[in-house]
Parts: sequence; structure tokens; C-alpha cells
Amino acid sequence: MDQKRRKELLERAWNIKKRFLKMYKTANAGHVGTSLSCAELLTFVVFDWMQGEDEFILSKGHAAAALYSTLAERGFITEKDIETFYCDATYLAAHPPPNKLKGIPFATGSLGHGLSLAAGLALASRYKKSGKRAFCITSDGEIDEGSLWEAASFIIHHSLQNVIWLIDRNHLQGFGRTEEVLKLEPLTKRLTLLGFTAVECNGHDFASLEQGKLLLERSSKPGVLICSTIKGKGWKPYENTVDSHYLPMKDEQYEALIAEIDNQYLRSVSGL
Amino acid sequence: MRSEFAEAMLTSADLHPEMIFLTGDLGYMALEKVRERFRERFINAGVAEQNMISIAAGLAHEGLKPWVYSIAPFVTLRPYEQIRNDVCLHNLPVKLIGNGGGYGYGIMSCTHHALEDIGAMRILPNMQVYVPFVDSDVGEAVHQMLNDPHPNYLRLNLGAQISQPVPPFTVWRRLTHGNKSVVIGTGPVVENALNLESAIVEELDIWIVSRFPITTIPDELLEQISHLRRVITIEEHYGQCGLRETLAALLLETLGTSIRYHSLFARGYPSGRYGSQRWHQAENNLGGEGLKQTMIEFLL
Repeated sequence: MDQKRRKELLERAWNIKKRFLKMYKTANAGHVGTSLSCAELLTFVVFDWMQGEDEFILSKGHAAAALYSTLAERGFITEKDIETFYCDATYLAAHPPPNKLKGIPFATGSLGHGLSLAAGLALASRYKKSGKRAFCITSDGEIDEGSLWEAASFIIHHSLQNVIWLIDRNHLQGFGRTEEVLKLEPLTKRLTLLGFTAVECNGHDFASLEQGKLLLERSSKPGVLICSTIKGKGWKPYENTVDSHYLPMKDEQYEALIAEIDNQYLRSVSGL
Repeated sequence: MRSEFAEAMLTSADLHPEMIFLTGDLGYMALEKVRERFRERFINAGVAEQNMISIAAGLAHEGLKPWVYSIAPFVTLRPYEQIRNDVCLHNLPVKLIGNGGGYGYGIMSCTHHALEDIGAMRILPNMQVYVPFVDSDVGEAVHQMLNDPHPNYLRLNLGAQISQPVPPFTVWRRLTHGNKSVVIGTGPVVENALNLESAIVEELDIWIVSRFPITTIPDELLEQISHLRRVITIEEHYGQCGLRETLAALLLETLGTSIRYHSLFARGYPSGRYGSQRWHQAENNLGGEGLKQTMIEFLL
């Protein structure tokens, strides 16, 4: 990945994170950690990987603020609409709504639906020869859902290479660590045995994501990118904790987190 | 009705290239020709109904028309949240086909019966439920569903076996003219009322309703109810959430007069025993001697 593109992605991610953190702070809302976990994934998918008419489904709908912020960055949602997040009469609810927003083909929030929906879009693309691809980000806790394994089997059976599945692998779920609640490991091996080209990468690093993308695109099998992430990345008291899923930010925490996000950005671009 | 449904699919397949047929691994000795005709547009999605519904939603989002087939409870209740979230909230034209509504699967027993499918489906946003009465209704129901841009559920069963002619498939149909009580029913089970001895049937003004949710009652029927002031409902479905409750609410809002209202509906498995569809109907006073005695008492 050349430096210019990497810098652009870093700047996009920085903007996206600052925007959704402000949204969460204004709304005094939780789900901060889950959005910080997938901010770079969203940035990479929307600003690097997707093309033309490709569709994107955020199956982990509880990271809606990160999605709204990304779509605002893309120009699909206005900054004025962003200000309505969590307010009465908003379209920007805590989980993405149906039929209202460009860039959100399906309402999500109940886990385990997105990968099947992506497979349906991909199958339609095959029938219509539209060339359209369907991207889907799931959480890792979501892999507990049986429907997700139904979707995975379907994708493999029908060789739906135009589904691109990214797993936000932060090892945390609603009320515990994934390996303590319902063990997922050896996840890469399980998905490989199922028939996927399963590639591990660092979900906060654009160069690593780019490598993963190239490996998937070279493969003749459906691909899944298992993106190692940190829930609540940068939110020091709650980084890598279940708390980061639920707690809203206090004033001083918000300020410290913004400073950390700024520092992360500056450190990254100075290293280029 | 299953063979009529398959026939309707065969005649629609070439006319509607946007139709995709999905089955949850069912259709043995019934859908082989459909599979042949639809070729690559026929998908056996396996025993994975949740995924099948969301796949259909994805297809419909892209302008295709998916028809999704299984046994009634497996296509309605197992993937209920997928139907609500992915299909109905997005108002997508996914067509659900449930074979064996009510006690249709008889001795296959309770896991294969659907006594709450109409209620479960009719309350979902944008959903229209189609309940054919006789075999010859199925073709027209399929035709209407093809032109209906909303989510639909088609409840298949054994068609009513009756001697008199039935008006073409529509929401409300009047089957007999009587002067003692109105009978309103849904689905083939109404045949049991029609096939009672003629001295009883002559007193009954029998209507069937074949689409849900019900939003209006025909003036002619309202007049008849106001005049006779007796209504019996009959359905092979729980009364809670069924015809019994939805019709009662509508009548309360519409009628200015008090009436006697009696409902015949499925009560599940009162004896804990299992049998044929006919046997279950009789056990629930939806057929046989129980139905006859209930009618006689109500008409006194």
C-alpha cells in the first residue's frame, strides 16, 4: 500500500472515530468499545475495498455510530443528520434502521442475520450477472449464532466468492470473553475446514488489512478475513474490557480518548 | 393443494424469470418437476430455514422474486425473526409457502402442525396471508401473490371437498344463504360445516375469508350479522390470534348492535393423543359429532 493511500485511510479513520466519539458523548450512550474495535475495518472496506455498486452490511449493528460516521465521511449522511443520533424522531437509532439510509441495505441489530443477507445479495448478483459484491462485518461473539453457520455453509456450497466476510475478532462479547462463553478457537482452522480461504490480519493496521485483501482476492474460494482487534482501543480505562461495550464516556475520559485518537493518528502519519 | 401449487409454479416459471424457488429440503414426490423447470433458479437451501429466509430477503432486495417452501411451522416459526426483520420490516416481496397448515400433517404430530401460523404471520408489518379454501383457489392465489409487491404467506392444506360451486378466490366469499346464523370461517376446515346435514346447513349463512389481515367486512355480511345477530367462527388454528379474535375486534368497531358470538377453533391437544387431521378436527369440535352438536345448540 503506498504512503499516500495509507495516509488518506488514516485520516479517514481519524475523522470517523472523532465523529462517532462526539456522537456517543453527546448522546451519553454506550457501544463505544464496539465502534472503536471496527473503525479501521469500516474505513478500509468503504474507502479502499468497495467499488461501484458493491453493498455493505454491518451485521454487528450495535456499532451503528461507527457506520453512520463512516457514511457521513462518505457523504451519504449529512453532518446535520449526525447531530440527531439518539434524539427523538431521528433516523439514526442505536441500531441501523430499514429503508431509510443510503449505504444501509438492511436493518441489523439482531445478530446472525448479516452474513445470510450478504449471501442473498451475492447470489442475486450471480443471477443478474451484475458483478456486485457483498461485504459483511460480523462480530466474533455473533459467531455463536447458529444462523451464521448456516450462512457459512451456504456460501461455501454455492461458491459465493463475491461475499467478503470480515470478522471483528476482539475476543469479547456481551457478558464475557469469547473463549470463556462459547469457545471459538481454533477459528481460522474451523473456517478453513469449512472451505473458506481464512486469513488472519491486524484489524487496526491498513497495511495488514491490505495484505489480507490481496490474499483473499487471489483465492478461488470464498474468503473470510479474521481481523484481530482491540475492543475500546485507545479508551485506556476500559480498553479490552466488557465495560467498553456498555459504559458511556465521562467528560475527562472523552477528552483523554480524543487526545489519544489524535496521538495515534499523528504517530501513524509521522511514521510514514 | 400441493400439486396445484406445483402446477402454478410450472406455469409461472417461464413467464417470470425473476422468480427463484427455494426449499428447505422438502418436496419429495411433489416438487421434482418444479426443480426441473426452474433449473438453476431452484435452490435446495438445506435444513437451514433461518439462512433460507435471509437469502430470500437478499434476493428480493435486488429485484428478484423468491418463493420459499417448507412445511408450515418450519417456514413460519423457525425463522420468525428473519421474516420479521429481514423481510417484513423492509417490505420485500418474499413469498412464503407453508404446506400442511393446521393439523394438516396429522399423525406426524404436534411438531409438524401449525396452529398459530396465520396469527404469527398476519401481525407482521406489510405481510399478507393467503388461505385457499379449495384446490382450485391455489392458482388464483399464486397469481395474486405474483402481483402483490408485499411479503406473503400462503397456507396450503388439503382442499375442501364439497359439491357446490365456490366463487373465485378473493378476500370474502359467501358460500350459502341461511336465515338463522352467520358462519365465518377460514381454510378448508369450513367444509365440515358445509357438509353437515342439510337441515342444519340450510339455516347457516356461510362465509369464508381467505386473506389476512382482515381490514373490512362486506356490507352485505354486516347487514346479515346485524339482522341475524348470531355469528359462529370456525378455523383450524388457535382462537387467540386467529380469526376469532381479529374478527371480534373488527365487529366491535363496526357493529352498532350486540350479537351472540361463538368460536370453534383448535385447542391444541386436549387428550394428549395424536391421529389424522380428521381425528384432530373432531377432537376440537371442528368436525364430526362435536361440530354438529355445537351447531345445534347454538341454533336453538
